Amino acid sequence: MRKLLIWLPLALFLGFFGLFASGLLRPDDRIINSKLVGKALPAFVLPAAASDRPPLASSELATGKPRLLNIFASWCVPCAAEAPQLLALRQAGVEIDAIAIRDARPDVDAFLKRYGNPYSRIGLDARSEVQIAMGSSGVPESFIIDGRGRIAYQHVGDIRQDDVPMILDRLRNAQ
Amino acid sequence: MIAEAGLAALWLAASLALLQLALAAVGLAGGKSELLGAVRPVAVAQGVLTATAFALLIMLFLRSDMSVLLVATNSHSMKPWLYKFAGTWGNHEGSMLLWVTVMGVAGSAVALFERALRRETHMATLGGQAAISLGFYAFLLFASNPFARIDPPAPDGQGLNPLLQDPGLAFHPPTLYLGYVGLSVAFSFAVGALLTRQVDAAFARAMRPWVLGAWILLTLGITAGSYWAYYELGWGGWWFWDPVENASLMPWLAATALLHSVTVLATRDALRAWTVMLAVVAFSMSMVGTFLVRSGILTSVHAFAVDPERGTFILALLGIYIGGALALFGWRVGAVREGAPFELVSRETMLVVNNLLLSVILGLVLIGTLYPLLTEAFGHKVSVGAPYFDRIAGPVALALMIVMVLGPLTRWRRDRMREVSRRIAVPLIMAGLVFLALSAFAWGRIGILPFLGLVIALAVAVGSVAPLWKRNLRRTPLFTWGMVIAHLGCAVSLAGMACDSAFTVEKLVAARPGDTVETAGWTIRFKQILPIAGDNWTALQADMEASRGGGEPVLIHPQSRFFASPPTTTTEAALLTRWNGQLYVVLGQEADEGRWQLRIWWKPFVTLIWLGGFLIAVGGALALVGRERRGWLLKWRARRAVEAGA
Repeated sequence: MRKLLIWLPLALFLGFFGLFASGLLRPDDRIINSKLVGKALPAFVLPAAASDRPPLASSELATGKPRLLNIFASWCVPCAAEAPQLLALRQAGVEIDAIAIRDARPDVDAFLKRYGNPYSRIGLDARSEVQIAMGSSGVPESFIIDGRGRIAYQHVGDIRQDDVPMILDRLRNAQ
Repeated sequence: MIAEAGLAALWLAASLALLQLALAAVGLAGGKSELLGAVRPVAVAQGVLTATAFALLIMLFLRSDMSVLLVATNSHSMKPWLYKFAGTWGNHEGSMLLWVTVMGVAGSAVALFERALRRETHMATLGGQAAISLGFYAFLLFASNPFARIDPPAPDGQGLNPLLQDPGLAFHPPTLYLGYVGLSVAFSFAVGALLTRQVDAAFARAMRPWVLGAWILLTLGITAGSYWAYYELGWGGWWFWDPVENASLMPWLAATALLHSVTVLATRDALRAWTVMLAVVAFSMSMVGTFLVRSGILTSVHAFAVDPERGTFILALLGIYIGGALALFGWRVGAVREGAPFELVSRETMLVVNNLLLSVILGLVLIGTLYPLLTEAFGHKVSVGAPYFDRIAGPVALALMIVMVLGPLTRWRRDRMREVSRRIAVPLIMAGLVFLALSAFAWGRIGILPFLGLVIALAVAVGSVAPLWKRNLRRTPLFTWGMVIAHLGCAVSLAGMACDSAFTVEKLVAARPGDTVETAGWTIRFKQILPIAGDNWTALQADMEASRGGGEPVLIHPQSRFFASPPTTTTEAALLTRWNGQLYVVLGQEADEGRWQLRIWWKPFVTLIWLGGFLIAVGGALALVGRERRGWLLKWRARRAVEAGA
């Protein structure tokens, strides 16, 4: 009995050690993918988030041509970092719409003035309701919407410079 | 040059640690005792060198040397000097350097000041300390070099996380680390004693002050951290059961158990194997905690820079040190004879129950913290929050508090049930009165745990001063005072926690400047909102007048602060402290039409939580001074007697 007790701490520790090791070896899965990829966008109608851009509704995303739907917020730092890549995509002819999350119009205006405005339409999702319905869990995220209003691809996190060709490629394929 | 000198000092210190280990190992195992004479000077030199490296890093931060990567990524030339200084440890590399510095300095303290331990155990302990240090030196030098340069130098730094830009950063992490890492001394003592098979009362008396010292600092560090989180995060809470908090609580629980069992070993020569085990567990908990928060395998509100590679490195260190110590325990502890037996009704039994309950709480907190990891291994994602910990650990903690009333009122070795019940009569009656009063006024309005908490807090408060009853207070030894005050601190803290959860009033309103808000007897007039600028931030500040019961209004200024680098917003709550509680006001976001979200709490007696924590530490300090002074006096008297005899 005493012998067993003496070795028990080591046995317990080895168990914990195995647990820790398995935790470390498991691939990082902090990225949560939307279950709606390949399915139609949920229907929504949002008010305008910026003074000089029209509001956004889900029906306007099914135009026969693939579009990029960017989810951002003026208070989000990676969104500011992502801005140049979005401008580059816009210059390459990509139609980009946006949903501003938990934001206010003056803040969005200031953000767009400072970092540039690649968007055609911007909807304001003040309580993240549309964002959650779309299966997006943070900002920024970008969705490629095919011509029929279905989600073709979800990009979690900011679009880096290296991602731009891949995004263009996927937009072409979503045709 | 400073960075290179720092790196050189670190390499030298690491080589000295290797030398220290080699000297102790060859000296003890090879029987070359002449080598042992060099162990202590080497340990001291190693401590001096790490301290130098750390001082040099502080210097780099103070001078804002942007050619050093760590300074460029974590500091900014426009920061106030205090945050440049404290920013030294507000990042991964700097805090790991602080870790090895504490370890090296603690090692030199053991080399310089430890006189009671037998020589072989002392040398084995220093060897053990060097062995642990070595792993962390390797971690620092190979995976977290704080002195790395960048070329070309950055034009300016990226700034420190604004949540950390608070005087709390200057005090909380160093104190916590001193305690956290100070426990490494107890770990090395245990390893040393297992190697030399000398576990007895003398060993416990030698180890006690080191455990006590680390425990005092850990208590202060946790208390300060809790208050810091309370006022800085703006949630009105003082403990969140976050993995990082649990990481500091678990070593504290183990150290508290160790503190009590080491007293049993020192006084009665019982609980030998158990005490050694606790000494190993306490520092192991420090290392496990560090692993959990640095590897990023658990998500925490404390956004440390996480890195799986570093995680792997620390995991390897865990495997070597904890695994090694526990294997040594299994291999050697059989040779440690059972200590003295004791009767069922005795202080020893009470302390064993104390140890068991503390261990149960430790186990519950550990399981709760690791449970998400366990379920994730089977493909489910869960998070364990405050309700689990409160409901599961709360009742056990209350049981522990009840034992705290009994323990000090029970005699060592053997006591009689009837005597003990007579002594606890007064605390019991007082608790009964509180029970009746609360039942009459607050039955059904407050939860069961806070209700019992208040009743038990009073019993503990009365019970903790009871050992002073009918004693000559001036001749009562200082360490008895220490115990009394520390236990009283537990009662005070428990009362604060219970009051906070039972009687807090919370109000969330949207108000315009000019509006008046009434809550919990307070009248708060929202006068205006103004932009103001600080050293490296700008803020929106609300000017408000708070008054209670028609009293003189006091100005309070909750803020919403914006930091430019890195861009972040923090809330600076306005706190108004009164003898019977705290008013806590947070300025939230602008709602609509010029209205602002205000969150207002009135928290009766919440400050008792930290006052209690402080009292616990003061009690510990009195016990430490009392024991040391007594040992010193005894030695002095013995020397005088020898001199008089000669």
